Amino acid sequence: MPDNVREEEILGKAYDSRLMRRLLAYLRPYWRVVTLALVAIFLYGILQAVPPYLMKVEVDRYLDPTRHGQIPRYLARFLSPNPAAGIFQIAFALFLPTVLVTFFLEFGQSFTMQLVGQKVMYDLRKEIFAHLQRLQLSFYDHNPVGRMVTRVTTDVDVLNDLFSSGVVAIFGDFFTLVSIIAIMLEMNWKLALLTFAVLPLIVMTTMWFRQAVRDSYRRIRIAIARINAYLQEHLTGMAVLQLFNREERSYQEFEKINRLHMGAYKDSILAYGLFYPAVEFLGVTAVAIIIYAGGGMSLRGTVTVGTAIAFIQYSQRFFRPIQDLSDKYNILQSAMAASERIFKLLDTPVEITDPAESLAVVSDRRTATVMSPADGGHRPPLQSPDGDQRSPLQQPLVEFRNAGFAYDGEHRVIEDISFTIDPGETVAVVGHTGAGKTTLTSLLLRFYDVQDGQVLFDGVDARRLRLQDLRRNFGMVLQDPFLFSGTIASNIRLGTEWITDTQVREAARRVNVLDFVQSLPGGFDELVKERGVTLSVGQKQLLSFARALAHNPRVLILDEATSSVDPETEYMIREGLRRLIENRTSLIIAHRLSTIQNASKIIVMHKGRIREVGTHQELLQQRGIYFKLYQLQYKDQEMPALEAGAS
Amino acid sequence: MLRRLYPLKPYLARYRSRFVAGFVTLLIAQLTGVTIPLFIKAGIDGLTHRAALGRLLFFAGLMLGLAVVKAVFQFWMRWILIGISRDVEYDLRNDLFAHLCRLSQRYYTGTRTGDLMSKLTNDLNAVRNMVGPGIMYSATTVVVGVATIGLMVHLDWRLTLLALIPLPVASVLVKVFGQKIHDRFERIQAMYSELTERVRENLSGVRVIRAFCQEEPEMALFDRMNQEFVERNKGLIWISSFLWPVLAMMFALSFMLILVAGGRHVISGAISLGTFAAFNVYLMYLIWPIIALGWVVNLMQRGLASLERLWTIFLARPEIDDREVPAQPLTSLRGEIEFRDLDFAYNGKPVLKGINLSVPAGKTVAIVGATGSGKSTLVSLIPRLYDAPDGALLLDGVPIRRIPLETLRRNIGFVPQETFLFSETIRENVRFGAPDASEADVEQATDVSNILPEIHGFPKGFETLVGERGLTLSGGQKQRTAISRAVIRDPRILILDDALSSVDTGTEEKILQHLTGVMAGRTTLLISHRVSTVQNADEIVVLDHGEIVERGTHEELLTLDGYYSELYNRQLIEEELEKEA
Repeated sequence: MPDNVREEEILGKAYDSRLMRRLLAYLRPYWRVVTLALVAIFLYGILQAVPPYLMKVEVDRYLDPTRHGQIPRYLARFLSPNPAAGIFQIAFALFLPTVLVTFFLEFGQSFTMQLVGQKVMYDLRKEIFAHLQRLQLSFYDHNPVGRMVTRVTTDVDVLNDLFSSGVVAIFGDFFTLVSIIAIMLEMNWKLALLTFAVLPLIVMTTMWFRQAVRDSYRRIRIAIARINAYLQEHLTGMAVLQLFNREERSYQEFEKINRLHMGAYKDSILAYGLFYPAVEFLGVTAVAIIIYAGGGMSLRGTVTVGTAIAFIQYSQRFFRPIQDLSDKYNILQSAMAASERIFKLLDTPVEITDPAESLAVVSDRRTATVMSPADGGHRPPLQSPDGDQRSPLQQPLVEFRNAGFAYDGEHRVIEDISFTIDPGETVAVVGHTGAGKTTLTSLLLRFYDVQDGQVLFDGVDARRLRLQDLRRNFGMVLQDPFLFSGTIASNIRLGTEWITDTQVREAARRVNVLDFVQSLPGGFDELVKERGVTLSVGQKQLLSFARALAHNPRVLILDEATSSVDPETEYMIREGLRRLIENRTSLIIAHRLSTIQNASKIIVMHKGRIREVGTHQELLQQRGIYFKLYQLQYKDQEMPALEAGAS
Repeated sequence: MLRRLYPLKPYLARYRSRFVAGFVTLLIAQLTGVTIPLFIKAGIDGLTHRAALGRLLFFAGLMLGLAVVKAVFQFWMRWILIGISRDVEYDLRNDLFAHLCRLSQRYYTGTRTGDLMSKLTNDLNAVRNMVGPGIMYSATTVVVGVATIGLMVHLDWRLTLLALIPLPVASVLVKVFGQKIHDRFERIQAMYSELTERVRENLSGVRVIRAFCQEEPEMALFDRMNQEFVERNKGLIWISSFLWPVLAMMFALSFMLILVAGGRHVISGAISLGTFAAFNVYLMYLIWPIIALGWVVNLMQRGLASLERLWTIFLARPEIDDREVPAQPLTSLRGEIEFRDLDFAYNGKPVLKGINLSVPAGKTVAIVGATGSGKSTLVSLIPRLYDAPDGALLLDGVPIRRIPLETLRRNIGFVPQETFLFSETIRENVRFGAPDASEADVEQATDVSNILPEIHGFPKGFETLVGERGLTLSGGQKQRTAISRAVIRDPRILILDDALSSVDTGTEEKILQHLTGVMAGRTTLLISHRVSTVQNADEIVVLDHGEIVERGTHEELLTLDGYYSELYNRQLIEEELEKEA
């Protein structure tokens, strides 16, 4: 984890034109709204300069007892000579509309830009997620799930700041600052320039503060990550900690990290503690300058009281835009780092794809019912295991031809694998752990592509079929049944719309799980929580059988679970399995005696190669690897299997 | 409110004098601050009365002087008051960790690490916010609010009344909308977790999804959640983009009222132009306290709720401790272990039944049996990870609860079934339970577990980091590191809970040979599924459903034709299979 933290912490430059262009492209669909928001923020910036100016007008025109103030002629013409009426005019005809328009501009701008931000986030998340749905399994093997999740969620969220409060707000702060400066220069450029003397100081203070805060925030983030990593690790390994009398030392270690965290925060308190008073002091300095210098000028009649009062107000309005602008630096920096990671993922090429020219395979299972055999469950005679009786015209449904594969491209996990599965056959693959059994099923589904040889489906190289067309023919049961959060029904049906409720129910009935489902308070609508923690291993197995059956595949691929279950569940699973493979071509990685006994063909794999092929009896007679495997893995099951079978 | 804060009392009391200092600086800073506009008033009045430049310089200078005083004290105020909250946070976090180190395994099996982490981060942070900014801003709000309004009333009470009309509305807006923002934010966070979880699920279940061609439906489902997420965000966006502009408008309306009423008062001569200007400045001063008022209330509410959640950790009592240790306890152990008619149940389910087993000091006893037969539970009672019933487990003839935990565990070297190494260097992991071990000790301990040559083969040797940010060790390497970690403590009792399962048989033989050397005269308990590991033990017991069903030496058990001899036969076959090319 600390490494991940570090990787995610890397912040590069705040602006990278290549990344920025690519990011801004996401705004393109919303350019109308963005333009509107830009106009709004431009007007908002201008209006920010208006209220103090109105104050000046009121003071100079009506309140200043010295009465030497001047106001622009168009205002002088509009305003009533009667002070009481004039004040009302200023307040209600000028000030109030300004306030209201400002409100609508700010609200409208903020609302629309945040909305656009959300839409861009939506688009990005969708794009990343879709890309992940296409990336090959080997990518998943090399990238921890957590990191990929971060790309879709956290990293996208970081960009949200950029779109909702970054891009447009930068212009807002800029316009505000410019219009204030302009109007001050216009009112009295000498006094304005004197007042602006504090501006460089404000900018410098703010920059110093940013630097200090950025530095301590970086340390804070690292300290937080370390505290969390330490806690996570030591809470998980608490037993080891206690067994080895480490309480005291671990406490001291933790205290050290905790102290770092506190130290980093105190530095940030120091920075804030100095910054806020400094800014206020600069504000007062500006006021003092205005009073003193303005006083001198007013004695010479070059500055009016109204101007002085307005200047005091303007001088207090410098600060926010400048501080905000410096904030944007951080937003930009994080956004660049996040977008770099996101684009890296999006640029990862999809290696296992549909072929440029695909052969169509017609397999519309919608027309078939789940219980496909029309003869009501009577099995057609199985192919003879040696395959001699196959007519020359008949294609094997599945064929491995000299297939070889290495996950790392180097160390072959399987080599020179050749075998066929004919329609209706049940082929069992057995072997010791690490023999390469699961790899076979992964290759068949094109989770990976073979490096040598071929995998053929219906006589066609799997790589020449569209992925969907290929995979649609298979129903897969994994060794660890994977359940999704959702309902029982949604776990059987998944997202396959053509499967009707009746078919879901029928599939459950066929694999012996209907009684269980009906015993649940919600039946098929019962919620499956946290990937099925509340269900037993056997129940999860049966549900994944039902899932495969409901999809009515031409070929069933089944990786039998090794975990031991109680005899009753064992019996239910065995029965479910028997019904599942009835009349169906299947490839089973077998761990059950009953499975291998009923298989039409057993393939014995050892260290990545096929060593023996035959039926149970034939292989036993060979007294080879199978014989030993049988004694090791299956012999035990003989007695209970007989007992249970008899019951 | 104070009653609910009670648990924090000792943590706050520790910093009593700093709190006092903090409040004094706060008072000085804020009271100095509110006088500054009075000199703006004087300055403006000076302008209108064409006062001498010297007088204006005096006012300007005075303002700067006051501003310096305010700045200095304001700095100390923040430094002290926010600083305390970081100290309290630090103290709390330390104490929580120390407390968690004392809680027993039973607590950890019943508590999700994720929940604990959330309390230790989010809730602790909310409490910190209450103690720091919560207290400081409430005090500031009160002082600045009272002083400013007081001065404004002093200047012109009718104008004050008028100007203040829109402001309580602002406070209420912050309070109500702040709460709404918080609620909607929580709703967004909930959706965010759901979305994250769905992505995680999708990525973890990638094989099922690809196999069943579920990419399209998955994208559709994700799309729906993605949309819902945007919808919930809209709910927040609406409020958050409304709140600040509306607050700005409230204050602007206050200014407008002053513009009208204040203007009329100036014309009528009731107030001076300076007072009029000062009023405007005071109004600006009030903006922050008014906003803070609503904000602080929410901060406090959240802090109190978090405090309660956080305290559930402290309320959990350590179950396994030294309460039965006599005044003159054992300080060393010989290593004789005796289980006397031991029954043990976990969560009401019996795990061990009628165990009678005595291991003389220095002997080796091996335990075999199927998964779930209670082997691990049996040995976990010895270091008191779980407590055996009173008097059912004795060490050196003494009931185990009468031996100080520290002494007990210090004499045990335990290699758990699931190897847990820390993300540290290999050296630190080996020295984990023997921090004072010398370099030679580390070498020797790693030699015993036969991992030394491999460590020398790593580019960084003993400095190699273990885990995700370093080298990923193989299962066997991890197990062997864990054996070194146990052996280096030179324990009287060594417990290996299936600790050689990922090590190949050749290496296993070497390790066992080394172990007989260093463990000569020490008590050893071995759990294994392999005959090769256990065959040389002085006694082998077979556990089945929590009961001892076979016991004896290797030779004796082979004659029984029971579980053990079956295990032996399997091993022979497996060896043959291994030899197949």
